[in-house]
Amino acid sequence: MTTKRPEKFTLKVFRFDPEADQKPRLDSFEVPYTDGMTVLEALFYVLERLDGSLAFRFSCREGICGACAMFINGSYRLACETQVARLLDEGHAFVHVMPLPHLPVIKDLVVDMTRFWQNYEAIAPWIVTRSADPEKERLQSPEDRKRIDEYVGCVLCGSCYSACPSVWRNPEYLGPNAMMKTWRWVADTRDEAKEERLGLVGNEQGAWRCHTIYNCAEACPKDINQTNAIQHLKRRTVAAMLRGSRKLRTGRAGLET
Amino acid sequence: MIFHEVLVVGGGLAGLRAAVEAHDAGCEVAVISRVHPVRSHSVAAQGGINAALANHPDGADDSPERHAFDTVKGSDYLADQDAVEILTGEAPARIYEMEHWGCPFSRTPDGRIAQRPFGGAGFPRTCYAADKTGHHLLHTMYEQTLKRRIKVYEEWQVLALAVAEGRSYGVVALDLRTGTIESFGAAAVIFATGGGGRIYGHSTNNIINSGSGMAVAYMAGVPLKDMEFIQFHPTSLFGNNVLMTEGARGEGGYLLNALGERFMAKYAPKAMELAPRDITARAIQTEINEGRGFPGGYVHLDLRHLGAERIMERLPAIRDIAINFTGRDPIKEPIPIQPGQHYFMGGIDTDADGATEVAGFYAAGECACVSVHGANRLGGNSLLETIVFGRRAGAAAAAYVKGGGAEAARKGAEEVLAEVKAQAEKKAAWVLEADGPESPADLRDQLRETMFEKVGLFREDKTMQEGLRKVRELRDRFPRIGIQHRGRKFNLDWARTLELEGMLLVAEAIAAGAIARKESRGSHYRTDYKDRDDANFLKHTIARLTPDGPRLEYRPVTITKWQPQARTY
Repeated sequence: MTTKRPEKFTLKVFRFDPEADQKPRLDSFEVPYTDGMTVLEALFYVLERLDGSLAFRFSCREGICGACAMFINGSYRLACETQVARLLDEGHAFVHVMPLPHLPVIKDLVVDMTRFWQNYEAIAPWIVTRSADPEKERLQSPEDRKRIDEYVGCVLCGSCYSACPSVWRNPEYLGPNAMMKTWRWVADTRDEAKEERLGLVGNEQGAWRCHTIYNCAEACPKDINQTNAIQHLKRRTVAAMLRGSRKLRTGRAGLET
Repeated sequence: MIFHEVLVVGGGLAGLRAAVEAHDAGCEVAVISRVHPVRSHSVAAQGGINAALANHPDGADDSPERHAFDTVKGSDYLADQDAVEILTGEAPARIYEMEHWGCPFSRTPDGRIAQRPFGGAGFPRTCYAADKTGHHLLHTMYEQTLKRRIKVYEEWQVLALAVAEGRSYGVVALDLRTGTIESFGAAAVIFATGGGGRIYGHSTNNIINSGSGMAVAYMAGVPLKDMEFIQFHPTSLFGNNVLMTEGARGEGGYLLNALGERFMAKYAPKAMELAPRDITARAIQTEINEGRGFPGGYVHLDLRHLGAERIMERLPAIRDIAINFTGRDPIKEPIPIQPGQHYFMGGIDTDADGATEVAGFYAAGECACVSVHGANRLGGNSLLETIVFGRRAGAAAAAYVKGGGAEAARKGAEEVLAEVKAQAEKKAAWVLEADGPESPADLRDQLRETMFEKVGLFREDKTMQEGLRKVRELRDRFPRIGIQHRGRKFNLDWARTLELEGMLLVAEAIAAGAIARKESRGSHYRTDYKDRDDANFLKHTIARLTPDGPRLEYRPVTITKWQPQARTY
């Protein structure tokens, strides 16, 4: 099972400070390999031992906080849970680290996620209930809980948003994450503003802008299928339209109470 | 100067809960956080959160009082019992509130919040959302701050707390994106900055847990409490110390040594794998130290008998982590584990409203010490602490602001902060230009190794004295550091070095408190004083920073219903 590991490997890292540099460059570093080393650990090696100017985001180092999504050897991955050994096993001659594509670079691997967060906020990503809170919990069957399991596993890393050609083409599109998060609430038995939510995304900058390219699902480090979620939204929106639901037209105000 | 009525430092569960409460009480609130809030360490909590909901048939007669007793016994009687009764008494309301806010808890067959057994209780009291409970709670809480449009300053590192004549006036912080230093005036400041796990080697904590909030408060003259009590989690992944939840044992996982023995039978014959963390972690380390571990120093956490279906439903993240980091699927192979530093029971000295001895300065969550965990925290009580005492700190801060605190702060903040900012800028500029021979990374690595080896699971006077001397030596070397990069923008080398001095000060307080406590209690286990000594040490350690290092004082423990007894499991 274990192949022989090199003593050192080459790490190539995208470098760019738009305020200081004319154009981006790729820096190469020789990093000593240690058993079980992850790409995030390799970046820390560079930061602490070779080049203190390297900028990147990090926090939990165990794949749950979503801070370190990067484009590594041609795939969207969380740097913290990507083993250097696995990349070498995949046949890559070196480790190649880029920031999330199609997002403005702040510095090196740190990208500006402002738009991603704005779109997330735009869909009112919190529970809306009209009924009074019960004394104890709102009941939900294990089967109903299972229906949202995939979607609540999202770590908000931005990979899907970065990977979506419809976002590249049309920055007004809310994007796969905001759509999937809308479906997370529509699919949650406890939420009581489902049709208002459908109304908010049942338009050309919402669900209809998704052309089922499946780039988002392919990019997701947590194996969430955003594209499927968006198709659920389209079906439910059509059904509500055919019923003539007036709640489709409340806009964001219908989610503010 | 920026001014907010209530300024919360830290975007984890305690901080966001405090912000929500202060906002709902009518205050103007902002949160300042070193990372985007969902990247905070609360996100990494796995197994669950305790509350006596009595949803499980095996815990049908559970009550806040039983939860309080288990917590007090778990704390080795060092917790303040009035505070513990608040913690466990308010627990059900806080859990239901999180559920009403949409937290996707796992469910019982009849649709209620599911509960699993955890250490120190032995029956299902720990509410969970698969093995991502912290992630789900934090995302839910963040949603509530979005709903309220609470302002968040993302990627700002707080450098100093402004205190004058016993009153807080705000903070000075570094904007990581631009490298500029700003004053934030505030009528009330709430620290919810998390623990300092990364002062230790072999920590389960996220990389940003440097204890900087504790250090900043300590340097501003606020005392720290019970710092010698450091929790070592029994089951962290061998090698990189990623947490393997106690829920894995709650679901029925075994601990096995290299001989294949369920060795917990020797250490806690009744509770077995669900003994509290201090006892279980020491048991594992004893097996390793006495030659019954695997080569390199680990034992096995074996889940195979639980079966694929249960593992995939209840412990999916544990399985992913084991596969990603070790290449082993727990359905087919045992997981190699070793104890790892996990939690600070001690912290900024607060009362049960998060208040400190500085007017207008509050703290909640892991950076605070109320104390509800005493000498050993029970698993599932830290998430609970964040939302119970986060809410209480938010309410207390709001009451302070409404009671006239805002007036005083508005008048004085400009002047007080100008002085504090000037000092912070001077120090930051010095670090940015520092070109001495000492590498901050080396100092940090040596600090971590020293603390884990010398003030770790097993302690004795001689090694702790060595540890303290080493920490002081590192402090002496700090003025000779050199950093590599002089730019201000997103300069991680600079920002991380700015925290290093604080880490050294907190480490010194830990070591000094541990040396002075000549007994064994909870996580503080001394091979030269193996017994608990209630006659001399049933008291909290209070550490104040002086130019000569920490000055220690002591304060009695509050006992309400439960007199100290022998602690067996």
